[in-house]
Amino acid sequence: MPGLDINSITKKFGNFAAVDNVQLNVPHGTFVCLLGPSGCGKTTLLRMIAGLEEPTNGAIVLDGEDITPLPTHKRNLGMVFQSLALFPHLSVGDNIAYALRIRGASKEEQKKRVDELLSLIHLTGFADRPVAKLSGGQRQRVAIARALALSPKLFLLDEPLSALDAKLREAMQVELRQLQQRLGITTIVVTHDQREAMTMADLVVVMGHGKILQAAPPIEIYRKPADAFVADFIGITNLLPAEVDSTGRTTILGTAIPGLAMPAGQTKASVSVRPEDVHLGSPGGSAITGEVSFVRDLGGTIETFVDVGGTSIIAVTTPRERHDVPVGAKVGVTLPPASCVVLGA
Amino acid sequence: MRREAPKSVADYTPLFFPALMLIVFFVVPFSTMIAVSFFKRNPSGFYTPDFVFDNYARFLSVFFGGVLGFSLMLAVLVAVCCVCIAFPFTYLLTRRPRRVQTLWLVGLLSVLSLSEVIIGFAWSTLFSRTAGITNLFVAIGLMDKPVALLPTFGAVLTGMVYQALPYTILVLYPALVRLDPTLLEAARTLGASPIRAFFNVVAPALRNTIVATLIMVFVFALGSYLLPQILGRPQHWTLSVLITDQAIYQSNMPFAAAMAVFLVLISLALVGLTLLVGRRENAL
Repeated sequence: MPGLDINSITKKFGNFAAVDNVQLNVPHGTFVCLLGPSGCGKTTLLRMIAGLEEPTNGAIVLDGEDITPLPTHKRNLGMVFQSLALFPHLSVGDNIAYALRIRGASKEEQKKRVDELLSLIHLTGFADRPVAKLSGGQRQRVAIARALALSPKLFLLDEPLSALDAKLREAMQVELRQLQQRLGITTIVVTHDQREAMTMADLVVVMGHGKILQAAPPIEIYRKPADAFVADFIGITNLLPAEVDSTGRTTILGTAIPGLAMPAGQTKASVSVRPEDVHLGSPGGSAITGEVSFVRDLGGTIETFVDVGGTSIIAVTTPRERHDVPVGAKVGVTLPPASCVVLGA
Repeated sequence: MRREAPKSVADYTPLFFPALMLIVFFVVPFSTMIAVSFFKRNPSGFYTPDFVFDNYARFLSVFFGGVLGFSLMLAVLVAVCCVCIAFPFTYLLTRRPRRVQTLWLVGLLSVLSLSEVIIGFAWSTLFSRTAGITNLFVAIGLMDKPVALLPTFGAVLTGMVYQALPYTILVLYPALVRLDPTLLEAARTLGASPIRAFFNVVAPALRNTIVATLIMVFVFALGSYLLPQILGRPQHWTLSVLITDQAIYQSNMPFAAAMAVFLVLISLALVGLTLLVGRRENAL
């Protein structure tokens, strides 16, 4: 089967399992983001795919071939490191041509491929520059071009954009995604930035404590998080306690939410509601009543913090639909049942 | 941190003490030596102030030229051997856990506490026929009978490399510890075997460090005068041995001074040349 199969991979450092029995199938040409907080095992997993760490257990299968016993240099992959790891003593062109030189490609072949890659990363004519003379974004692109020089089967990136400033990072995310689409190469990116994952990935894999918590397309992860950890990690969310009262209705913070059903046999659960789904209106009626405790007006969006008996609910609106609610005002909070995701206990 | 250029004389005060030390213990004695090298030797006494080139002229003979050549060759060889051994060793050491590194470094530092005399006599015992390592080789069946491995050139070289190796490692260690380990990993993901990656990436990235270390060991080895006498034959004696011989046993201070000045000049010229070559390659 074409693609990458990660079969029950475990990596232990002493007694600590950095990666704990991870199972993942990456179809050919997919862009995968491994997402999670630091120490969740995402980098270790990537390094095992690259062959830079040896798994304690399990196998890595690429296009039907078990590559677990192969050393890194025989795996035919390209990798971009967090530090970029450009060779400081070589020029831009020599950095990109390094893999070709190792393979014994002729000078003309090397030059042709370098020119091709330089135009791919919009740095035509930079071949003779020393890498020290490049800007952060340019180095980033050179590192990508160097990793792609041999048209590898797998393209791995370890927090590739973390050294760039926010604006450039956003632009590079788009560029990287477009590049991957054009080349159709199976790509795995490690990141802790959920926005980056949402921008680029076909498949987002959220990891925590060495395990995969959820693997799904980005919008599904956002809309239907598997548990409270995922819901909280991907974007901003309101995690609210829901209860079934004596009359059988589901209530949140003491107010019944008609249309919201709990799984059978469960009386208590956590509910995730995205801030943009929270409606603010006048108090009373079926709405949850609260008091505005803080307003963060960012110009493009307005975040309103509503205090309901000690629990804070965040509502995000655009200025166009904004209700004029100053700090201290009483408001009614409506949670559309369709937007409420009941999470596992 | 921002540094301001010193403005008043008072700002230079911290420099007074080292400057004084340098003048009293280096500039004055060295100037004296240069002066003495032009003095005339007095066979019955010591020397008389004069300005003659006799001492330098006498040096320009085949014999002294040969000794100078041998000294420089020996120092270069010691430097190259030390770096060739120390560089891979230190590199592998920096990849070990911190505790292992500390143990090795402490061990190396303790070697530094040995004096040249002790090192010399320890090796002369090790290389001797009666109690040396060849007895061990005989015991495990590698050799038929024990032989003396000294006095030979190999013995001199071994002793001097042994003496200089801890310095070499301690100089290389900081640079290698700071080396980004992902450089090597990047080379491996690009298809280079670990050994190839080491020579392709790690060694060139640290070229300046390697050159600086070579120069340091070279200068260090140039001054050695005990080990060649203990472990070598007279033809393995370095210029430093001859200088000592002239100064102490022949009481020919002007000639000894001339040789010392000559040695300093030649070494400086070699170091300068190395740096110049390094700079030119960097500019490319």
